[in-house]
This record gives sequence, C-alpha cells and structure tokens, in this order.
Amino acid sequence: MTIMTNGTMTGNDAPRTAHPQLVQQAFWRKTLKRPEAGALGGAILVFLLFFVVAPPFRQVDAFTTVLYQSATIGIPAVAVSLLMIGGEFDLTAGVAVTTSSLAASMFATKVAGNMWAGIVFALLVSLAIGALNGYLLIRTRLHSFLVTLSTFLMLQGLNIALTKLVTGNVATGDISHVPGFASAHAIFASTFRIGGVDVSIAILYWFLFILVATWVLLRTRFGNWIFAVGGSDESARAVGVPVRRMKIVLFMLVGFSAWFLGMHMLFEYNEVQSGAGVGNELLYIAAAVVGGCLMTGGYGSAIGSGFGAFIFGMTTEGVIYADWDPDWFMFFVGATLLTATVVNTWLRLRASGGK
Amino acid sequence: MRTIGTGMLAGLLGGVALGCVSLAGMTGTAVAKAPEYTFAMITHAQPGDTFWDIIRKGAEAAAKKDHVKLVYLNNPNASGEAQLITNVTQQHVDGIAATLAFPDAEDPALAQAEKAGIPVVGFNAGTSEWKKAGMLMYVGEDETIAGEAVGDRLNTLGAKHVLVVDQQQGAIQLEDRGDGIKKTFKGKVSVLYVDGYDMAGAQSRIVAKLQQNRDIDYVVTLGAPFAPTAIQAVKMANSKAKVATFDLNPQAVHLIQEGKLQFAVDQQPYVQGYEAVDFLWLYKTNGDVVGGGKPVLTGPTFVTSKNVAAVAKFAERGTR
Repeated sequence: MTIMTNGTMTGNDAPRTAHPQLVQQAFWRKTLKRPEAGALGGAILVFLLFFVVAPPFRQVDAFTTVLYQSATIGIPAVAVSLLMIGGEFDLTAGVAVTTSSLAASMFATKVAGNMWAGIVFALLVSLAIGALNGYLLIRTRLHSFLVTLSTFLMLQGLNIALTKLVTGNVATGDISHVPGFASAHAIFASTFRIGGVDVSIAILYWFLFILVATWVLLRTRFGNWIFAVGGSDESARAVGVPVRRMKIVLFMLVGFSAWFLGMHMLFEYNEVQSGAGVGNELLYIAAAVVGGCLMTGGYGSAIGSGFGAFIFGMTTEGVIYADWDPDWFMFFVGATLLTATVVNTWLRLRASGGK
Repeated sequence: MRTIGTGMLAGLLGGVALGCVSLAGMTGTAVAKAPEYTFAMITHAQPGDTFWDIIRKGAEAAAKKDHVKLVYLNNPNASGEAQLITNVTQQHVDGIAATLAFPDAEDPALAQAEKAGIPVVGFNAGTSEWKKAGMLMYVGEDETIAGEAVGDRLNTLGAKHVLVVDQQQGAIQLEDRGDGIKKTFKGKVSVLYVDGYDMAGAQSRIVAKLQQNRDIDYVVTLGAPFAPTAIQAVKMANSKAKVATFDLNPQAVHLIQEGKLQFAVDQQPYVQGYEAVDFLWLYKTNGDVVGGGKPVLTGPTFVTSKNVAAVAKFAERGTR
C-alpha cells in the first residue's frame, strides 16, 4: 500500500486557492502524464482482479508475500530502469545476481574464512562486471543488447565451471557456520514482525532504492544527464555530458543492484545453485518497461519499475491464491501482464493526447 | 577504433572458447595411457543441477575404473539432446549412454546410432520407452513406482493433503512421480509448479499455496534443492505441514539429521551414471546384456532419520 501513496504523492503540489473541481482535474492530469501513471493503473486493475477472485489475497500476510516476490524482481529493476532511461539494455542482470552470491560464498568459505570478506569481494566482482559491460559497449560500439548477451552467456558458463572447479560440486556449500554470517544475515536477509506478520527486510530496501533513484532522476544533475544520454547521446555530448562515463556508471549501478539482491539471496537461502538466475533479466526489463520505460531510452521512471515489479509479483502469487489450474500458470501470468501493459499504454496515450 | 574494438571482443571470446576446450580436455582425459574405448554420455540435465553432477561423478568413476574415455554432454531441450546423439554418432564413439527424456525427438537419432553399429544404453529417464527405442539395456528408477512408494509412505504417516512441488513443468519423469503419488495416496493431492532455480520465486509460491489452502499437511518437493526452500516457506506461512523430497543432496542429508526433513526418496544417481558406463564396457568386452529385458532399478530407497548417518559421509563428498 505504501507504494501507491508514493505514486500519487509525486503530483501533490496542487495550488491551494483554486476551484476544487479544477484542482482535482489538474491533479489527475499531472499524475496521468507521469511515466508511471499507466503502470499504476495496471497495478490497481490487477490488484482489484485478484482481490475479487482470490479470497486469501485479501489477507495481510498474503500481501507481504506478494511484496516480497515483487522486491526480488524490483531491486534490480530499479537500476535496470535507470540504465534503460539512459538508452541501454543489460541482459546479464539475472545471472549476475547468482555470480555475486557464488563469489561471496566461495571467497568466504575457501579463501578468507570470513563472510564479510566474501561480501566485499562479491561487490568488487559485481561492479567489475558492470564496468566491463560499459567498457565493451564503448570500445566495440556494438548494441548493448549484443554486448550484454555475450557477457551473459560467458557469465552463465563461468558460474557453473568455476563453482565446479572450486567446490567440486555444482552448488556451493552451506555458509551458515562461517564467521560473520549472523551480522550479514541481519543486514541482508532479516525479517521483522509488524502487526503479527513477518516482513522481509528486502521489501524495505526495495522501497528505499526506489526513493533514492527517483530523487536522483528528478532532482539531481546526474538524473538530468541520464535522460539526456538516453534521449540522444550526440546532443548530450555536445552540451558537455560525459556520455561514456555515464554509461559505464549506469552499468555499474546494475552491477551494484545485482550484488545487493545476490547477498539477500545468499543469506536467505544459505546455499547457491550455480545454474540459478537465468531468465530473470527479462523480468527486470519487463518490470521497467511495464513501468513506463521506453525500449528506446530517454523516458521512464524508477517508481514505474516498482509498479511493474509489483504487477508481476501480484500476478504470480495471485494465480496461486485464486487456485487456478497450475497447468495454465504461465499462461495466466502472461495474459495478466499483457492486460496490465495494454491498460498502461492506453492510459498514457489518453493522458498525453488530451492537452 | 571500431576494428580494434571488435578484434578485442573476438579475441576475448576466442580466449574463453580455448579455455573451455582445454578444461574439457583436462577432465576428459584423466588417464595417462590411451583408453580402450570412447563412450559418450548424453543427458537432458539443466546445467548446474546437483543431481546431474552426481550422475556425472558416477559415470566418471566407472570410466576411470574401466579405462575408457568418457565424453559427457548435456542439453535440456528435446532437439538439443537429439542433436548431441547425432553428433557423437558421427564421431564414431564406441558406445552411447543416453537419457530417454524426449523419446519422440531422440528416436531418429538413436536409429542412426544403431545403424552405425553403436550400442546404446538408456539410463535415468525412459523406463517405459527404452525398449521401443531399440536400446540394449536400461538402468534407472521407475518413477511411477517411486511415486507409488511415496504415496504409500504418506498413508502410513497419516497425511491428509499433500502439496507436490514440481520444478520443471512438463517434464515426463516428474509428472510420473506425481501420478504415482496420486495412484496410491488416499488423501488429496495438489500440484504447484515453480520455475527452475528461482528460489525466491519458488519460496513465495509455496508460501502463497500454503496460505491459500490451510489444510495442506505435507509438502513433497520433486527435487532435493527445493527441500530447504519448502521448509522455509512452511515456516513463513505459519503452516504445520511437514516436508519430504525426491532425490538426495548434502543439504537434504543435513536437514534429515536435524529432523526438519521427514524423508528423501533416493534413486541413487551415482549408481545410474556408474552402471550406464559399466554396462557399455561389459557389453564391449564380454558381450554381456544385463537386466533380462527389464530395466535395472536403482531405486526407490528411502533415507530417513533412522539410516541417515550411514548415508551422510557419502553425501558429503557429493556421491550420494
């Protein structure tokens, strides 16, 4: 629920003295013109759908499960949306999460003997992967789709091959007895109780990242540059934006988000399967696109990626709460996403059309 | 600039490819003297799965003992696995051990191998199809029998409503396990599909299902990596359900020792990999055909708190 208040608050600076009806209309128009407005509409639609058809969906503990599922998509989706606004793609984000957990787990157990050393090592690895993506993009001048597809495939292979070389198995060992585990677990994967319901800390981080990214996009020079670079890197360069550095930094941000989610996954589940993560990059990109980011760059929002992830989380969980035939699971997920996205686009067109 | 850049990328990719080749060479030719035979093992494994890693270890142990060269290849798609069989047939290997996960797709490729005079042993998947596909022998678990055994066990444990967690929607051997449970289990059976190794997704979906249906009292995962996730999910959903799993891995062993996992149905993948290679070797060197026209069964065996201690040390080194 918090997230919806966030959405409407962005347009919350209506004049106090005007006629009430006019204020109302101006407020709605302003809200509807935001990139995430359509996604908000889609989210409300999906929420109402499952609220009606799935009785358990109305309970608070079910809602926190939905939010948790959304957060595991939404945390990388925030960074992916910034990158997409900046005009680039990153297909490595899914496996990069697994790379990061593997790096932390193996460095901690096989080399350092302390969890925090593994965590720092994994951060360096993740930032390096982002930097490599950005550097290759700039040096080769290939489309980021192709560059990151190549690094994605290489990472997928490295995840399995290196894990097997280091541990002799294709999954890492249990880390719960390594020194530093307790404090790291508390930071990355603890849960706390609110009103008798267990809430994962990942949800709070997700909200925090959305807020910070939104502030950066709308209130800082760096945010302006992201829009400029994504709109047209030629003209951005002409007005003095350091385009190359910007792109590398954006890829490193995705690396950072992959590291963060990777740490959560590691401490939540203690053990990592080296084949995990493949395919999730598409969910992050889908969340950003459903949330209003254009595939061509230069337009979008961080809050939107939050709504996108939320729609996906509600759908995957909602299908189960509604007890629909499991054979149709993926079909329902796809159909709901499609409907949400169509509503999203329709709302956006109506808002921008009616000047 | 452009050419330098692309050249660099090409060089990098080339380097990685070379690295892979030399790595494959290192693992493939562990024996110093030239081996007698070259056998190919073709599976439908998803990369990075602990279960398949154990099969491969068994196959490698047998290859070492029999002094044969083992080529291990895998592809989780039907056409991909069939293509691999065609590839090794064209390389004129001396024998093929293949999982028959996709009979329709693999049949033409297997016919080619037979035409080329290459003996084929089936293992792990295809208990009901291997003879029709012209395979010489078959070693594996009958998934339906394993499922039925689990159903029986759940009856004696007094379960009322079982949730079956399936990690690969549409995989025939997993469907067979579920159908086996449905056949013998007297209570209600629900099925939940989860998505590969997306553990956060799997956990959330199990929690959702347990919240949606409060009378589920047993969760059975069809793969061992999902057992800890299911246990966590049960806790998060404040459910009283107990958890059991198909297959075994080191973590499942720990969980049984700690009393958090009720039992694991072991099909002994190490034996499957080992015997598949060994059967080929026996056939080549001694003309042996094992099984008397029936599949050689490696399971189901149950690992519970009673016998887990004996299994633990083998699981630790990744062979159980």
